[in-house]
Amino acid sequence: MMMKIDISKKLYGISQDMSLDVKLEIKEGEFLAISGESGSGKTTLLRILAGLEDAQGEIIVSEKIYLDAHNSLATQARGIGFVFQDYALFANMSVEQNLLFVKKDKNLAAHLLSLTGLNTLAKRLPHSLSGGQKQRVALCRAFMSKPKLLLMDEPLSALDPKMRSQLQEDILKLHNEFATTTLMVSHDPSEIYKLASRMIVLEDGKIINDGTPKEILLKTQGSQKFSLRGELLEIKKADIIYIAVVAIGQQIVEVVLDAKEAKQFQVGQIVQVSTKAFAPSLS
Amino acid sequence: MMGLDFEPFLLSFKLAGLTTLILFIFAMPVAWWLSQTRCRCKPFIEAVVSLPIVLPPSVLGFYILFAFSYNSPVGAFFEDVFGIKLVFSFSGLVVASCLYSFPFMVQPLQGGFTSLDKNMLEASYVAGKSKLQTLLYVALPNVKPALLSAIIITFAHTVGEFGVVLMVGGSIPGETKVASVAIYEMVEIMDYSQAHIYSALMLLLSFVVLLAVYSFNIKHNKRIGLG
Repeated sequence: MMMKIDISKKLYGISQDMSLDVKLEIKEGEFLAISGESGSGKTTLLRILAGLEDAQGEIIVSEKIYLDAHNSLATQARGIGFVFQDYALFANMSVEQNLLFVKKDKNLAAHLLSLTGLNTLAKRLPHSLSGGQKQRVALCRAFMSKPKLLLMDEPLSALDPKMRSQLQEDILKLHNEFATTTLMVSHDPSEIYKLASRMIVLEDGKIINDGTPKEILLKTQGSQKFSLRGELLEIKKADIIYIAVVAIGQQIVEVVLDAKEAKQFQVGQIVQVSTKAFAPSLS
Repeated sequence: MMGLDFEPFLLSFKLAGLTTLILFIFAMPVAWWLSQTRCRCKPFIEAVVSLPIVLPPSVLGFYILFAFSYNSPVGAFFEDVFGIKLVFSFSGLVVASCLYSFPFMVQPLQGGFTSLDKNMLEASYVAGKSKLQTLLYVALPNVKPALLSAIIITFAHTVGEFGVVLMVGGSIPGETKVASVAIYEMVEIMDYSQAHIYSALMLLLSFVVLLAVYSFNIKHNKRIGLG
């Protein structure tokens, strides 16, 4: 067993106080996605693991005690990699210096930069880079210490979809090459599905779901061919039938309802759109 | 201009230079600590640090004079142990100026440190760097405008001080008679032409210094992409 977490911490939320209680075991080499609504304690969990915030309980990583009743190992001594949502690059240092500040290993720095296609930008200062490039640098920097454990706090949420998918490739490449155990906070189901081997869902500081992304994200049950979650925007009457307008992601679709069904639903409700009769086709 | 005595100016700049150097070393850790701490005593420390801004220089000067005199433990300690007489001496002026100008070094630095991206500092800790390394290699290089402001304002403020200097140092030529005190004396003996020249010089120097600071800030912000 690579990692054992059993922690609790009181959190003072915007709407209500709650307690973060997480008990978790993570295998070596696992890619764990942490999902959940904002304010559910995801970021705090990551920061506690990094030693950036204190908590009660126990954290043991590869037989090294990060936290127990008597001691809390300093962040500096934990030897982890951390990727922040807002990049957090050292603004006064060039791309290459950002990496070398962590460890004076020019070969490793050059290798990481070429792996992520950044070698031509090595001498640039962070402010002259795009968001995607900045996050790539942050990613490379996190690997400079060859961490056993990599923590990422919504690393791609500030990027556009195209940039995201390129960086997902990079993350996967590095995760595999360095054989790290990776914990990533993410909201994006496709990202979780693509990268993670396991996911947990947090709600009000508690784990409410733990499994493979397939088990948790794929919403179909029984003979359903597909099932999509969406928000019911409107129900309008057309002759004797009703038409429900549902927003699924960025798409708006219409679904026919009968009078009885129409009464059952309320505008604003989250609904499942599914079908059994037809085989959906992609074009 | 030939008959002008520049000694008070030299003394002012020597005093300001020494004060700035000493405060740079001692105020930096205080500013860093204040910007990072979550200690409940922070408001108390901040209030103490800022006192010299609010107190009339005469009050500050009176207390310092009182503390420096041989009748007080501080004054006795300095004179018995180091053989330094703090009252009406240049050494005393340096110590008094350090107390008086302390907030002018601490406040800009603290403001600069506080406005730094917290995650950037944490990224340095995660990378295994100590607080001191983070201060030297990450925090300081990224607060250059605040650093420059702190140094220049402390220097300028020390050059410009009058009340504390007069009370603690008096007006001993070549020892404690700095430019501001010299001007005061010229006005007192109605030597307006000399007072005019001295005052104009002070005005010019102060303006050039401030202009340099603000120009640097604009340039620096452009370079790191803030302008």
